[in-house]
Amino acid sequence: MNDDYNLKGKVAVVGVGETTYYKHGQSPDPEFVLVLKAIIAACEDAGISPKEIDGFCSYSNDRNDPPRLANALGIPELRYSNMQWTSGGGGAAAAVQNASGAIMAGSANVVVAYRGLAQGQFGRFGRSGGSRPVSGPAAYTLPYGMMSAAQMYAMRTTRFMHEHGVGREAMRAIAMTCYHHAQNNPRAVMNGKTLDAETYDSSRWITEPYRLFDCCLENDGAAAMIITRTDRAKDLAKPLALVLGAQQSGGHRSGATAENVTDYVTSSFKPAVKHLYEQADITATDIDVVQSYENFTGGVVMSLIEHGLCTYENADEILTFDNLRADGGKLPLNTSGGNLAECYMHGLGLQIEAVRQVRGESCNQVPDVKVALANAGPMVAVASTALYGTEETA
Amino acid sequence: MTLPAKAAEPNSENLQFFEGAEQGRLVLPRCTACGFVIWFPREICPECGSQDVDWFEASGSGSIYSCTVTRRIPGSWGKATPFVLAYVELDEGPRVMTNIVDCDPEQVAIGDRVEAVFEEATDRDGNPGPPLLRFRPAEAQ
Ligand SMILES: [Zn+2]
Repeated sequence: MNDDYNLKGKVAVVGVGETTYYKHGQSPDPEFVLVLKAIIAACEDAGISPKEIDGFCSYSNDRNDPPRLANALGIPELRYSNMQWTSGGGGAAAAVQNASGAIMAGSANVVVAYRGLAQGQFGRFGRSGGSRPVSGPAAYTLPYGMMSAAQMYAMRTTRFMHEHGVGREAMRAIAMTCYHHAQNNPRAVMNGKTLDAETYDSSRWITEPYRLFDCCLENDGAAAMIITRTDRAKDLAKPLALVLGAQQSGGHRSGATAENVTDYVTSSFKPAVKHLYEQADITATDIDVVQSYENFTGGVVMSLIEHGLCTYENADEILTFDNLRADGGKLPLNTSGGNLAECYMHGLGLQIEAVRQVRGESCNQVPDVKVALANAGPMVAVASTALYGTEETA
Repeated sequence: MTLPAKAAEPNSENLQFFEGAEQGRLVLPRCTACGFVIWFPREICPECGSQDVDWFEASGSGSIYSCTVTRRIPGSWGKATPFVLAYVELDEGPRVMTNIVDCDPEQVAIGDRVEAVFEEATDRDGNPGPPLLRFRPAEAQ
């Protein structure tokens, strides 16, 4: 790849921050204040003033727009703002990609990627309203009781399990791993609440094949990442966490729901992974720790396969609790507790955890991490995925 | 158990489909240029871009491509659980989102043969609207 057109190592995440993570509807602060607090925390982590921020990137129609944030933070120059449109949290890595691109282009120097959610204030995310007119594409979904993402992706997972004969055991292992990791993470909403196989197996069905513990949480909070040029990053406080690659991932008609997608049985990562690894000049075997977005556990199984971390044939053997745990596992997964047990901040928490692993600052630190993967939004129309690395990986 | 049946509001792109539904016929759009059977109804073929789209009566037969038994859901559908949400692959090609009705949800599986039924539906004001396309196991007739 022509280096002039490749971001590998040219930008770095220099600050990460989040608010207290709350159960949904329990934030004492309005959503906008949560976002400000997360941005300020990320700036403190980086050792820079929020006034240095001159670019904003978010996703999934975040309600907290950059002009309003810039006013509140006293930012003197707002040079760049960007929204990535997709469903759910599929844009978490895309926000990092867009921030990186803006810095590479010289459009901004210090860009924040952020996401805020206060569901008590604005209602639960991703739920179809009953009062919407039943017209347009909704005419082919709403009358059938298709009210939640869980149902849409349950059907995809059912088809995946049918075609490949894998997933049930792996889904349980993924849920248990997330809860296991949350026990060492004081930020995690599920810190103090463990999950064993029996509890998982006896938990209620939501929509088959998903049980309660296969589904992400609903939370209030905000998270932010500060991204800047690598030469500037070297002068700042924290160990370097370079962006090695970041890609969005939409395939042929992947936005289809009631209509036909060409490739239905996919986590949506097939188009991006080859570009991601080429950009970072690595292979799957170079990845030391994985943060894989769990909207639903079934999507994680597909995501790990499509990222080349296991295969359709060996997924059930590789994706076991013993292999996925940070303390001794061969493929440490979702070391913060992820969307299932830390917080569902639409996946930005998973990007942040990848940075913490590269810095050596995780609550469940994997020894000697050089490369960390963090993906976002399996099964959505446009997913995204990113790689972070230490200075020596550039 | 009868499922909620909220009628859709037809527009120029899908009028023929919903008029067919009124008569209990599954009428689908097909691209005259490339033969692609289009779902959901559109005036421009998503396969080749042609605007020459015609309508034909489909068999109403298909098989279950994927499905989920929904057991917990808030709102008006909560009372209808468990119900089967499915994609049915029509014999003419397209996959359509639907419900499988007149069935034991426990017994529904990928590959099952199903046939179209049109169920009465009402709009937001409670007035009759275009019937809803649903499917039942093929042997149920
Ligand atoms: Zn055509």
